[in-house]
Amino acid sequence: MFIRSTILFVLLFCVALLADAATHRVQMNQNLQAVINKAASGDTLLLSKGNYNQHSIIIQKPLTIIGEGYPVFDGFKKYEVFIVAANNVFIKGIQVQNTGRSSLVDMAGIKLQDASNVTITDCKIFNTTYGIYLQNSKNCTIQNNEVRASAKDELQSGNGVHAWKCDALTIKGNTLSGHRDGIYFEFVTNSFIERNKSFGNIRYGLHFMFSHNDTYSYNTFSNNGAGVAVMYTKGVTMSVNIFRHNWGDAAYAILLKDISDSKIEHNKFDRNTVGIFMEGSSRIHVAQNIFSDNGWAMRIQASCDDNVFEQNNFLGNSFDVATNGTMMLNTFRNNYWDKYDGYDLDRDGVGDVPYYPVSVYSVITERIPTAMILYRSFLTNIMDQVEKVMPSIIPDQLKDDAPRTKKWKL
Amino acid sequence: MIRIEGLTKSFGKFKALDNINLQMQEGQAISLLGPNGSGKTTLIKSILGLVIPEKGKITINNHVVREDWAYRSKIGYMPQIGRYPDNMTIEQVIKMIKEIRKDHTQYDEELIYGFGLDKMKTKTMRSLSGGTRQKVSACLAFLFSPDIYILDEPTAGLDPLSSELLKEKMVKERAAGKLILITSHVLSDLEGIASHIIYLQDGNLMFYKTVEELQASTGESKLNKVIAQVMRTELPAMKHN
Amino acid sequence: MKTIIKYVLLDLLRNKIILVYTIILAVLSISVLNLDSNPSKGLLSLLNVTLLFVPIITILFATIYFFNSIEFTELLLSQPIKRQKVILAEYIGMASSLAAAYAVGVGLPLLFLVSGTESLILVLTGVLLTLIFSSLALLIFVKSKDKTRGIGIALVVALFFTLLFDGLLIAFIYSFSDYPIDQAVIAIIAFNPIDLARVLMLLQLDTSALMGYSGALFKKFLGSATGSIFSISCMVFWVVVPLFLSVRIFRKKDL
Repeated sequence: MFIRSTILFVLLFCVALLADAATHRVQMNQNLQAVINKAASGDTLLLSKGNYNQHSIIIQKPLTIIGEGYPVFDGFKKYEVFIVAANNVFIKGIQVQNTGRSSLVDMAGIKLQDASNVTITDCKIFNTTYGIYLQNSKNCTIQNNEVRASAKDELQSGNGVHAWKCDALTIKGNTLSGHRDGIYFEFVTNSFIERNKSFGNIRYGLHFMFSHNDTYSYNTFSNNGAGVAVMYTKGVTMSVNIFRHNWGDAAYAILLKDISDSKIEHNKFDRNTVGIFMEGSSRIHVAQNIFSDNGWAMRIQASCDDNVFEQNNFLGNSFDVATNGTMMLNTFRNNYWDKYDGYDLDRDGVGDVPYYPVSVYSVITERIPTAMILYRSFLTNIMDQVEKVMPSIIPDQLKDDAPRTKKWKL
Repeated sequence: MIRIEGLTKSFGKFKALDNINLQMQEGQAISLLGPNGSGKTTLIKSILGLVIPEKGKITINNHVVREDWAYRSKIGYMPQIGRYPDNMTIEQVIKMIKEIRKDHTQYDEELIYGFGLDKMKTKTMRSLSGGTRQKVSACLAFLFSPDIYILDEPTAGLDPLSSELLKEKMVKERAAGKLILITSHVLSDLEGIASHIIYLQDGNLMFYKTVEELQASTGESKLNKVIAQVMRTELPAMKHN
Repeated sequence: MKTIIKYVLLDLLRNKIILVYTIILAVLSISVLNLDSNPSKGLLSLLNVTLLFVPIITILFATIYFFNSIEFTELLLSQPIKRQKVILAEYIGMASSLAAAYAVGVGLPLLFLVSGTESLILVLTGVLLTLIFSSLALLIFVKSKDKTRGIGIALVVALFFTLLFDGLLIAFIYSFSDYPIDQAVIAIIAFNPIDLARVLMLLQLDTSALMGYSGALFKKFLGSATGSIFSISCMVFWVVVPLFLSVRIFRKKDL
């Protein structure tokens, strides 16, 4: 994607050269909007360093805008700052701050409307309601931006990168913090979310709905109010991400709701209240992930089927798996469970007796959450021990028939 | 000195003391006698305030026992079984009691030296024999030269030499005008000490007489003979009344 | 009173059982904290050790001690001292030496290996449990006639609070799960010092989120400082009430 847009950019640049594209230098006392209006398509504007104190700048033609030393544009907590309503716009190295807040318009630092082939790169976007907002856009690249806010509550705030009805986006290498959602995708298809760091957002690090055939990988999601939510989507690939310390009363590393035909692989889930919460999801391949020190590694509702969990490591979780039903139509195999205390007589690295990852106490708390008040009491320890000897309450289909006796090297 | 009026105490259905009336004066050495379970220890403990009476009143030097704990400074008590915290030394036990009784600065330490406890003062209570512990109890009872001594089986478990020493001490104190109340099974030990005999049976006061009176009525001179005679002749007669 | 406390302490601090208790606690603490790379988990394991061992050991040791020192108590009572003072002094001496054993056995290793508020709260929890179960032991002592029966009652009380109470609680939760019982459950918890101790400690650790997960009231109650204050005050009640009752009963007890 990056390469594609780079080529595009180079092509455009050539076209611009051919069209005798001009380069304009802009100072902070100049009105940028006026310069833009005068410039020809394909022109380059070089913005000098300084406080521009300008806002509501609308770009309606292909332009290249490059800031030197991060020229600052300010919305004074009242206005939007940049609106891009043209294709082939390239913006780099500017700082945008203090957008307004409105219940009628989603105010953004940089908003893309019906645009394609737009690149926003290396910008700093501070204290905006929405950082970068993409609406009905295609083939755009949002890269290496720092989008930072300090939102206090969900209602009053917006998202770091917000995309609605888009296709073929690349969101890469951005740092997103302090928004409602770090990245928000709704009806966005065939896109990539890569190597972003999303942390300290009030709600989700990544919020993802009706967005098919997307891939997100190498991202780090940490300390978000509720982790990452992926909903009503098929064909998502989630790989090599790190989900860390999404810890709170209603926090998950990933919340999966109505997801199908997807992959969760090579991720690390560390210290989350719930590693994966899965509801109404089918045909997901969960493999080679590490679940460590989570409250619940996974909560799998009975509405999930045909999912496969294999070759994962489960280490130091309070509960490995919890479920709300007795039916279990998913497959667990070849996982390493640190709580497994079976034996391996033939020394093939696979335990000879199955492992039941749902403890009796976890069954009880799932049915009656109030019973959680007895967490870590002597009684519940005894109950779990007794259940191990003579299982009667735990769902007996939920088991790993071939548990590993040694950790996977992941 | 000690006045007991209508003292009654029962443990459940068992009546340990039944309407006891007694008066004891200074200079008396009273031997408290009676079979096991006759109420001797309950009587002693009532005087000490360890047992709370059901009915009746005990006054000591006009202080009512139940209302005022200060009277106990006038009493030296030697319990039947002396048990002390295991890891305290003899020295610490004595020091502790001295510290509790801040009102005193003069101590009667005759028995401590007499028993040779000063030479073993760093021994812990746990390591002591029953007899030695008994000696510690005796020393504590006499430490503050009280006006009243209450000694529960004082000579039990003591070697003859120590027993003799203790008896001499009792005689001396009685001569000094103190009131001594002793329970003992070894009647010969009370020879020459006891001036009065109180006899309890089943919680009832059978008699309270001077030794001379009893000697006269029985015609015996040795104390154990006197008592044996009394038990044979007088007590059955009393019971039938 | 100070004198008696001093000498009771002097005796108990040289007591072999207390010494062994301290050493066992220290060994357990060090091994548990070294085994777990995650200090929060080490604290949780230590909490389990505390909840399991402190109540039973404290109540048994204290009950036996009070019964064994009956003769000593009598001797003290034959001195011109108030009864209340004697019994209170014995309680303070007893409870503080056991508390010191816990503070040294668990507190010292924590100080060196995982110092922080959580560790402090754990030590506080253990100390409070010690005071509570010493207080209960005193009540058992003043209420029961002989040592054998006293030890029996002590065992039952310890077992009740460690296990039976929670069993009844879970039965209650099970049977009334259709009703909003969160509030009632929190109120019930107040009647078990061991549960209070557990909740108090869990509130200090990340794990509280797991409990908050299960209901809005828990979240509100456990998430705020109110939860900790509630637990601590209830525990203080558990020290004071049995102690007060013991002193009252002891005033009229026949020895």
